Amino acid sequence: MSEVKHKEVLYGLYDDEELLLQAVKAANKEKLEIMNVYTPFPVHGLDPLLGLAESRLHIAGFIYGSIGTLTAFLFMTWVFTRDWPIIFGGKPYWSVPAFIPITFELTVLFAAIGMVVTFYTVCGMWPGANNPTLDDRITDDKFCIAFQTNDASEEEVDRLKSFFKGTGASEVNAKVI
Amino acid sequence: MSAVVSPLREPLITGGKTYHQITEDICSPTERTPSVAWVIAFVVAVTGLALYVFSVAWTIWVGIGSWNLNRTVGWGWDITNFVWWVGIGHAGTLISAILLLFRQKWRTGVNRAAEAMTIFAVICAGQFPLIHMGRLWLGFFIFPYPNTRGPLWVNFNSPLLWDVFAISTYFTVSLLFWYTGLVPDFATVRDRAKGLRRKIYNVLSFSWTGAAKHWQRWESLSLVLAGLSTPLVLSVHTIVSFDFATSVIPGWHTTIFPPYFVAGAIFSGFAMVQTLMVITRKVLNLQDYITLAHIESMNKVILLTGTIVGVAYLTELFIAWYSGYVYEQFAFYNRVLGPYWWSYVGMMACNVLSPQLFWVKKYRRSIFVTFVMSIFVNIGMWFERFVIIATTLARDYLPSSWSYYTPTWVEICLFIGTLGLFFTLYLIFVRVAPVVAVAEIKSILKTAGDQYAGEGGKNAKYHNEVEIHAHHDDDHDDHGHGHH
Repeated sequence: MSEVKHKEVLYGLYDDEELLLQAVKAANKEKLEIMNVYTPFPVHGLDPLLGLAESRLHIAGFIYGSIGTLTAFLFMTWVFTRDWPIIFGGKPYWSVPAFIPITFELTVLFAAIGMVVTFYTVCGMWPGANNPTLDDRITDDKFCIAFQTNDASEEEVDRLKSFFKGTGASEVNAKVI
Repeated sequence: MSAVVSPLREPLITGGKTYHQITEDICSPTERTPSVAWVIAFVVAVTGLALYVFSVAWTIWVGIGSWNLNRTVGWGWDITNFVWWVGIGHAGTLISAILLLFRQKWRTGVNRAAEAMTIFAVICAGQFPLIHMGRLWLGFFIFPYPNTRGPLWVNFNSPLLWDVFAISTYFTVSLLFWYTGLVPDFATVRDRAKGLRRKIYNVLSFSWTGAAKHWQRWESLSLVLAGLSTPLVLSVHTIVSFDFATSVIPGWHTTIFPPYFVAGAIFSGFAMVQTLMVITRKVLNLQDYITLAHIESMNKVILLTGTIVGVAYLTELFIAWYSGYVYEQFAFYNRVLGPYWWSYVGMMACNVLSPQLFWVKKYRRSIFVTFVMSIFVNIGMWFERFVIIATTLARDYLPSSWSYYTPTWVEICLFIGTLGLFFTLYLIFVRVAPVVAVAEIKSILKTAGDQYAGEGGKNAKYHNEVEIHAHHDDDHDDHGHGHH
């Protein structure tokens, strides 16, 4: 993620997600190595074409939630049975049903905060981050396929350009990021 | 196109939009100079906020004695307002979470504003338990922190403490959910801006790029947060109802409270969403995204939940009679025919009777009726909480301690003040953020946009005809009911 070296990028913009999906398919067929794909909204069916493994964020969420469950339940247990046992309303010290609401809330709280922090961390996003963007219209209505061309020969670049042309890209640009 | 749409479903995006037009329509209100209407509304709201600050300062300076609470009625407008605001704060997460799990596409038009409303309503709600502590500066006592008194811990078995956890968790999770949805849209605004504005929105968007892997994680995160928020939203008002239900006060000590409170919360929350949406869509010109179909769907929810609440009211009365328990029977006799009969009548009329109008399709699709109804429901739900709280407390077991409660000007100003706080926050929100979820709207354009209606289905060849027809219908609807 944090490469010092600048990336030379050749990217093509498509006007429609259907064109993008077909272009990615064509790139796979031609064995072109896609650096990344940028879209204005999540395009379904793209992940398997790009060979992206399923996100493991939900597994992390489960772990964070479990930590929350244990934290809440064990803490209340410790407080009311070990640290300072008090009888409330004639109930046992260890009154499990009364612990359920707080245990549930902390499960949700830990899972949510943990997942959100993990999400931004693994995506390299935080307030003040400066991730390079290729084109301003990617967050508007353009669908972008980017190839890295640092070590590419002229023929290879030409091949990429003709690939873009052949797959219906409305624009092809080069940029160093 | 790969999208297959039922030609029978009403389009959720009208006006034959393209992706770029969607960006333009939704982002441009944040880029223009504020309109006169906005400025006037903002001045009014900030005046309300100033009133709020003044009343809080007065309450703290003079003390809780500046309110009319007494030995018998220990909870009055303060807790009524708290429960009212928390209830309103339920619609946003319901729309964004439960409707996401149910794959209801119409949530996309309204989820952003509804979630914002939720967060602001919970902020307003949170004020009241804090202020009514009296000694606000000792508010941190509610948190279990290691202290020099033993440490002496808070009572984890108390519903009031459950409430602290429920409300703060709900606020945090709603905020995270809402903001995560906003991040890609802030990037859209950023990419349209220059100079300082671009820098600010880059910070707000956490420097979002729109990479495929990020979208995949973003969707996974949204889905899990929705899954977490669904039981959460149901738990919050359940726990609020425990504040009452676990006590041994007749009229409060009932098992019906959790579902009854949750239904009421959804009911009042949708009403507040309608109040805001009807105005927002008009002022920001978003009629193509928040369509009559959206408004009708929400009115159906109002009809359903209003009727559930009505059944709950009647069940309470029946069970009070059927229990054979005189104190319970008296509590309900007193609610209906006691000194606060007017609040019971207000509650019944606004919450149970008036929403029945929505059985008629014409009224469900009328902007005017929707707006008036939403105000009725807001008022009715406030009465409901007042009925439950003040009426019940005013006539307790001992007739010698019976009392009557009327608010002082401080309590009234506090309530009006939170409305000022709420609308100030909402008006700032519509200025700085896209009011409709831009990326999400784009992702449903091809399945719910009107120019695609009939596409892929059996009516494919009638495509053009359907399109023209849909436009015509829409215009007709808007002019028929929209501008009274």
